[in-house]
Amino acid sequence: MYLRVAKYLLKRGIALFITVVVAVYISILIANAGGYVDQIIKSELYISISQSVRQNPAYKALNETQVRALIEEFYANELKRIGFDKPFIYRSFIYLMDALSLNLGRSLFISSDSGSRSVRIIILERLPNTILLFTTTQLLLFFIGLLIGLLLSRRYGSILDRIFVLLAPLSSLPGWFYGIFLILVFASFLRILPYGGMVDVPPPTDRFSYALSVLKHMVLPIMSWLVAYSFINIYVRRTFFLMFSSEEYVELAKAKGLPESVIQKRYILRPTLPPIITDFSLTLIASWMGAIITETIFDWPGIGRLFYTASVLFDTPVLIGLVVIYAYLLAVTVFVLELIYVIVDPRIRARGG
Amino acid sequence: MPRLKHFFRQLLLYKSATVGLAIILGLIAISIYTVFSIPYSDAIKLWRAGEQYWLDTPRNALPSWVNLFLSKKLPETIILDTENPQVGVSKAIISAGEESSVIKVEFVFDYRYDDFPSEINLFFKSSYNSSPPRLTIHWVKPNGEDIVLKSMLVAKDDRYYISNDEKLARRLRSTFSVKLNRTIGYDLPILVLLFAQEDESLLDPGTAKVMKGTYRLWIDGIAFEKDVKLDAKLVVYGKVYGWAGTDHLRRDLGIALLWGTPIALSFGITASVSVALIQIFIGALCAWFGGKVDTVLQRVTEIFMVLPFLPTLIMISTLYKFNIWVLLLIVILLSIFGSGVKNYRAMFLQIKEFPYVEAARAYGASNFRIVTYYLIPKVLPTIIPSMVLSVADFVFLEAALAILGLGDPLAPTWGKIINDAYVNGALYKGLYYWVLEPSVMLALTSLSFAMLGFTLDKIFNPKLREI
Repeated sequence: MYLRVAKYLLKRGIALFITVVVAVYISILIANAGGYVDQIIKSELYISISQSVRQNPAYKALNETQVRALIEEFYANELKRIGFDKPFIYRSFIYLMDALSLNLGRSLFISSDSGSRSVRIIILERLPNTILLFTTTQLLLFFIGLLIGLLLSRRYGSILDRIFVLLAPLSSLPGWFYGIFLILVFASFLRILPYGGMVDVPPPTDRFSYALSVLKHMVLPIMSWLVAYSFINIYVRRTFFLMFSSEEYVELAKAKGLPESVIQKRYILRPTLPPIITDFSLTLIASWMGAIITETIFDWPGIGRLFYTASVLFDTPVLIGLVVIYAYLLAVTVFVLELIYVIVDPRIRARGG
Repeated sequence: MPRLKHFFRQLLLYKSATVGLAIILGLIAISIYTVFSIPYSDAIKLWRAGEQYWLDTPRNALPSWVNLFLSKKLPETIILDTENPQVGVSKAIISAGEESSVIKVEFVFDYRYDDFPSEINLFFKSSYNSSPPRLTIHWVKPNGEDIVLKSMLVAKDDRYYISNDEKLARRLRSTFSVKLNRTIGYDLPILVLLFAQEDESLLDPGTAKVMKGTYRLWIDGIAFEKDVKLDAKLVVYGKVYGWAGTDHLRRDLGIALLWGTPIALSFGITASVSVALIQIFIGALCAWFGGKVDTVLQRVTEIFMVLPFLPTLIMISTLYKFNIWVLLLIVILLSIFGSGVKNYRAMFLQIKEFPYVEAARAYGASNFRIVTYYLIPKVLPTIIPSMVLSVADFVFLEAALAILGLGDPLAPTWGKIINDAYVNGALYKGLYYWVLEPSVMLALTSLSFAMLGFTLDKIFNPKLREI
């Protein structure tokens, strides 16, 4: 039986890895715009070389054809140095190998706050900001959805339940949209919270007031997402719990006269938890890629802003670095979830794929 | 048909669906009105013409109806033009001998608002051979005080920005300092000096009060030529305009608000319907054919799920500045291999085993016939709610791209207004209407579809209704 499970996991693992490889390769093609970015880099290189040759006093004595020949020679050497003498298709596979081995290289235009051009440092500098903001948000959303959803499913049909169902369509407006309103009310009109950013300018020197300042800047973005997505979360969880509480084994438990809390915990929450956890972990991982528009509206220096800047500037190495990290995270999460299900759910073990 | 009637009766039982449907119908009515009253090419021309077209409208004006709620009435724009004779406008050009002519122009208007205007400009059109007319421009306040604004030679197409004339401001400040025997700060704008009551309150722009009454601007001119023509237009820009107000380029926001409606509706509905239908089709193909077709399509779907949607879209739209309909096509192409494919495939896997499908297979129906006539119609009702719900997502996607500055560069859309407002710091400056108007339209659109969608969900998925 263990062999069968191992074989199943191996098969899933390989399938996931192939997905990651192909997705990264496609994003390499897209991020280079099918070789378009090469043209930009090449022409910039040519201009800078010809300028430096023409301005170099050592070559002043040469005539025009000789200068041209010299420029062409330097240009060809430089292309060879950065590996651009090979066709794009050939290089795209080198990029792929580098990306997959997390050898992320150097960015083309973007530099980190500390001035580094290393893609790894650039990403690692932004990632904590995004994780701080969105993990907090997602955790709050998760618990709000779970607890209120459970409460409403127990009080199905009450006024409270009906109010929440009525409010569910409010979630059709995205978080950043509520963000604009919250900025309008709390920053512009009441002037009690900052418009955006992550910390006061200039940043406070001692640790405690720094943390307090960051916290103050987190309030509005978190609030905007809570307002936007709480209601739909509560609605979905409530409906989910309601469907499960009409199952026969729950009826049986009720008939046996088990206390309400035991029914809640053992008969409703436990069987519904795996899909909820799956949902939550995938949402959490996705949230680490930041939210481009929310971060833009609130000027939050996170991964979403980095993604945006990199896409607009066509900073290919940064883009590919972000995609490859995301793809790996997603694949690992999916794999770990499958592993957990194999352990937890006897049905999957029996099928063995 | 009776089934349809029954469906609608059932739908209208839910209040939220009735409200949602009413709003959607209203938006459709606005769209039809807009498309027929302002043709698209005109709308783009109006929206893109810049300040050349919008000379007579105030900058960043609030919508006119705010005056209904304010105790201090904000001024409307006053336009007096000699080319357009009306009460309060008079012009005379008299030839004085062979070699010269005398020009007299007078504009008289009543000013009874509680706030100062936002700008005053004078526009001239003149025609002469060699000697341009020399004009002296006077300003007469309701108390009879006559102030010389400027003496100038006018070119063929000339303008005098009275409210930006620093020289005049300096002169006025010193005159008023002498009159009130107080120093006057440098921040006191010309408009206050020209329109305020002349007492202590004048010293601070915050407390200055408008001198209500009849104002007069008169021009005394002379030209050393016989056949001189001159037309002048005085524009006293107000602080309110139209039903929607104006933006930083003096454009009427109403145009973009109106045209945003058909664009948002068609973008949202086309995207959601086509994405849903294509996803169903792919799901059905996966489930029906199984095997290699299934494996390939499944893997493609997974790859697309790993690809970051918005960054990819941003990259593509940075590279090529698309118009909105190409953008729509790309959004659809990027979305068709979404998670929906997996859900539909699961549904079709069950339906595939139903006896009626087996029967169809038994009588020899082709694969294509089974997929399109037997499988897809079966799930169609269950996906209509999510289709309606996703309209809002696509409407907001377009707005989001516009806010990032990546939308259609020409089309007047709601997202574009929000983008303009954001770039020009509307929230810092307190120009709330600029953000609120397009936001209300966006919110109305998506809420109406959401309310309808949630109700449809209850009707089409009876499992939700029972519990």
